[in-house]
Amino acid sequence: MTTPQIFFAYFAIAMTVLSLLVVTRRNPVHSVFWMLVLFIHIAALYLFLNAEFLAAIQIIIYAGAILVLFLFVIMLLNLKQEETVKKYQAQWPFGAGIAIIFAIFLSMIVAKITVLPALGAYSIEAIKAEGSMMTIGKVLYTKYLLPFEIASLILLVAIIGAVVLAKKRIE
Amino acid sequence: MVPLSWYIILSAVIFSIGVFGFLARRNLIIMFISIELMLNSVNISLAAFSHYLQVMRGQILIFFVITVAAAEAAIGLAILIAYYKNNPTIKVDEINLLKG
Repeated sequence: MTTPQIFFAYFAIAMTVLSLLVVTRRNPVHSVFWMLVLFIHIAALYLFLNAEFLAAIQIIIYAGAILVLFLFVIMLLNLKQEETVKKYQAQWPFGAGIAIIFAIFLSMIVAKITVLPALGAYSIEAIKAEGSMMTIGKVLYTKYLLPFEIASLILLVAIIGAVVLAKKRIE
Repeated sequence: MVPLSWYIILSAVIFSIGVFGFLARRNLIIMFISIELMLNSVNISLAAFSHYLQVMRGQILIFFVITVAAAEAAIGLAILIAYYKNNPTIKVDEINLLKG
């Protein structure tokens, strides 16, 4: 096992354990904290894959905005930790079976890819020559301009929708 | 050199753990968190393919997936808060006002 493979093995095992911890905690605040550690591991994996800008974006947006949104909602709803209430639904073995079948199917089908299409132009040296942010910016604002503008419309709809839905109704 | 199939298997495992969390938990907040987990696993797969095929399309798509995930989390939690004012519960099997 080469050194990158040893590092990737740590990340893989850590991320699997962390995601299991995220979905099985009784207290939702504990879940959110394990999710924070998981997001930092995912950002480190992006660094592995030569996507430094995306690693920064992952931490800023996911760990800095979405997690804080979850924590605010948990605080707003004033959820107390339940001791004796059932944690799982009544049909949870069915859910676990579906999840295991998903994992086996995806691993067997998608991981057997041997023939990749022709490699593109953005090799590691080409990305490192200008930096990850410059390369993403050049591609995003020229070739993917329409999806970028649509994404800004999606964010506008989300802002207006969230404000309208959570507002106090004046009777 | 880490083989591409390792990244795909890791993405599949985290996705299936997200599926289990969504299907098996009663707490609505945990269900939202499992949706975010599934979206992040797809992000890992996109980044891996973008790296191994030497294209930028994967990284751009990660950008948009993160954007849409943020918008959907905001709207979903706003709907939850709006429903909580009527019926103060977050257990998904107690949200059954439309049940026949």
